[in-house]
Amino acid sequence: MNKDTSHINSLENEAIYIIREVAAQFERPVLLFSGGKDSITLVRLAVKAFYPAKVPFPLMHIDTGHNFPETIEFRDRLVEELGLELIVRNVQDSIDEGKVKEETGRYASRNQLQTTTLLDAIEEFKFDACIGGARRDEEKARAKERIFSVRDDFGQWDEKNQRPELFDMLNGQIDLGQNVRVFPISNWTELDVWSYIEEEDIEIPSIYFAHKRKVFLRDGMIWSAEDEVVYRDDHEEVIEELVRFRTVGDMSCTAAVLSEATTISKVVEEIRESTISERGARIDDKRSEAAMEKRKQQGYF
Amino acid sequence: MEVLKIATAGSVDDGKSTLIGRILYDTKSLTTDKLEAIEKTSKQRGYDYLDFSLATDGLVAEREQGITIDVAHIYFSTKKKSYIIADTPGHVEYTRNMVTGASTSQASIILIDARKGVIEQTNRHFFINNLLRIKDIVVAINKMDLVDYSEEVYNKIKADFEALMSKRDYQDQKITFIPVSALKGDNVVHKSEEMPWYKGEALLEHLEQLNKADIYNVGTPRFPVQYVIRPKTDEFHDFRGYAGKVYGGNLSVGDEVMVLPSKTRSKIKDIYFYNEKYETASRRSSVTITLEDDINVSRGDMIVKENDLPTIDKQFTANVCWMDATTLTPGTKYVVQHGVNKVLAKVDRINHKIHPDYSGIEKDVTELKVNDIASVTFKLNKPIFYDQFKNHRTNGSFILIDSQSNNTVGAGFIQ
Ligand SMILES: Nc1nc2c(ncn2[C@@H]2O[C@H](COP(=O)(O)OP(=O)(O)O)[C@@H](O)[C@H]2O)c(=O)[nH]1
Ligand SMILES: [Mg+2]
Repeated sequence: MNKDTSHINSLENEAIYIIREVAAQFERPVLLFSGGKDSITLVRLAVKAFYPAKVPFPLMHIDTGHNFPETIEFRDRLVEELGLELIVRNVQDSIDEGKVKEETGRYASRNQLQTTTLLDAIEEFKFDACIGGARRDEEKARAKERIFSVRDDFGQWDEKNQRPELFDMLNGQIDLGQNVRVFPISNWTELDVWSYIEEEDIEIPSIYFAHKRKVFLRDGMIWSAEDEVVYRDDHEEVIEELVRFRTVGDMSCTAAVLSEATTISKVVEEIRESTISERGARIDDKRSEAAMEKRKQQGYF
Repeated sequence: MEVLKIATAGSVDDGKSTLIGRILYDTKSLTTDKLEAIEKTSKQRGYDYLDFSLATDGLVAEREQGITIDVAHIYFSTKKKSYIIADTPGHVEYTRNMVTGASTSQASIILIDARKGVIEQTNRHFFINNLLRIKDIVVAINKMDLVDYSEEVYNKIKADFEALMSKRDYQDQKITFIPVSALKGDNVVHKSEEMPWYKGEALLEHLEQLNKADIYNVGTPRFPVQYVIRPKTDEFHDFRGYAGKVYGGNLSVGDEVMVLPSKTRSKIKDIYFYNEKYETASRRSSVTITLEDDINVSRGDMIVKENDLPTIDKQFTANVCWMDATTLTPGTKYVVQHGVNKVLAKVDRINHKIHPDYSGIEKDVTELKVNDIASVTFKLNKPIFYDQFKNHRTNGSFILIDSQSNNTVGAGFIQ
């Protein structure tokens, strides 16, 4: 076996090692599943890590209620096919319970509200490790993130006081009430993820491929006009374009890009040539340069 | 080619962040939105050039103070290779970051400010790169634009650095000197027109031509068992697989092996990677191994070739880099994490402290403070199976965990 010839394979080996460390070092791990390509990739890696046994931890989806309908269908089918356990917790419930307040206005999104629902779910299930699909290349504050990132009782990230990580050794020792966020694909780039999806022939939701959609333009970005959760002013004109999405987070803050890529290999080709970074299409990071760092300190995933 | 991981070392303001930003810019790895953000901020600050350090300094405090606080990982790729560069802060108190960055790197860039030359900090940076046995080092003499691209300045710094090299422990380390200007882009990605006297390669050219043999030390295979896979399904009723990563060398089906610590002998039956079987598991692959015999193996055990055993002992001496604000004193207990294996350890004695600026050793030391490097002897409650660090980077290293705070408080390299 020449598993070390391509760099994608070496990233895969590293991720599988990390996922196995989670299963070995923690009592109640969970894989945070957003329905996006990164978490779909994580599921694939987890399946590979434990074959022929089942993945020894559940998936959890913190549902903003603002999903593209395709992603929910996709999620349920994936879980069914792989025989995985799925937990869903809803941001809507946190709103109904009065724990968080819905944002209003042009840039209203439920992205920030997820944090409360997530922290409550961690407490409810006593999860001690949450596996996530964040990558260091996504954003500057992420670039400082550890693979095992310790969060305190309030889920907060203390960026100035992180544990050093040496060689392959991952220190998962924590106190009661603390938990660890684990990022097995830390060292992958967006292109790596897409190349892996291509190489492994992993199925992903259709919105990642070019399709006709009613959209409108704002701040130089393309927004879906087909879904009512995306706020649109009356004067913002609706047009039809061929688009795809590069991330599929909360619909209300995920912009589309013009694309003709209808297959995975064409998507890989487009990404390779693209000059707009993935997070350039997420309005919540544009709010301020330090947006991500702030959200992480508050316990955001 | 695997991903090439590169560590950087240099004092504050030597230009590490600028150098990395320059590499990203010249390899067209900066996306338009990132470039726009850099242009905007540079202008706001009234610079008449682009401040590329903005590409890597990501935390608010870092941008405010114009310094790098924590190791950042930067990604880019060329047609030949994928790279990860660790932007390591250069403050004296951050030796731990440098050791950390170097531990996962295969090559290293040491920056020197051409106006300052080799300073005490440079000794330290070189010492750590040598301690960690990084095989390929580039000494980038930066800010050449501020010394009129002078060959004499370059030669003087090179000679001073070569004097240091005679003191090093690990001789099998390739060192390349390159005069650069990170700010202006000379000899970073493109060859400089300002320094016709320099006949060598630009920095990126050098990195591009590194191959595996240049950067990896090949040792003997070690297979620490990470996780035991027992599906308990009808199809795989008796399946008992040992999941782990192969280190140092390859393992093959049919290899006569020994399981430590029980010293039970067996043979490798199958090697799985997911649902496919392979004849050989190459180093650094995460595989699942089954054995011919039904023996009891658990996490922390190690599968090795029968004719190539590591040292099995309840004590060892190591060079320790202490990384915590608490002090290490003889008699104190820590958890030693050696790969995936954890044992309880007691500090038996501090043999001597090593000055990382090559000014010698210090005996009769009673405690270690943060960033100290020292030879320490430990006694363990159970034997571990180790190699000397000089023979095996993975199986010769460990971390120390404080069982009160759970923090990683030190790293060690077994002698
Ligand atoms: N003239 C000149 N200035 C440089 C060069 N490289 C870096 N600088 C400047 O030196 C300062 C410190 O650079 P920075 O990259 O933040 O250093 P770091 O602390 O090592 O990351 C900044 O003002 C840079 O613009 C160079 O090659 N020439
Ligand atoms: Mg810096």
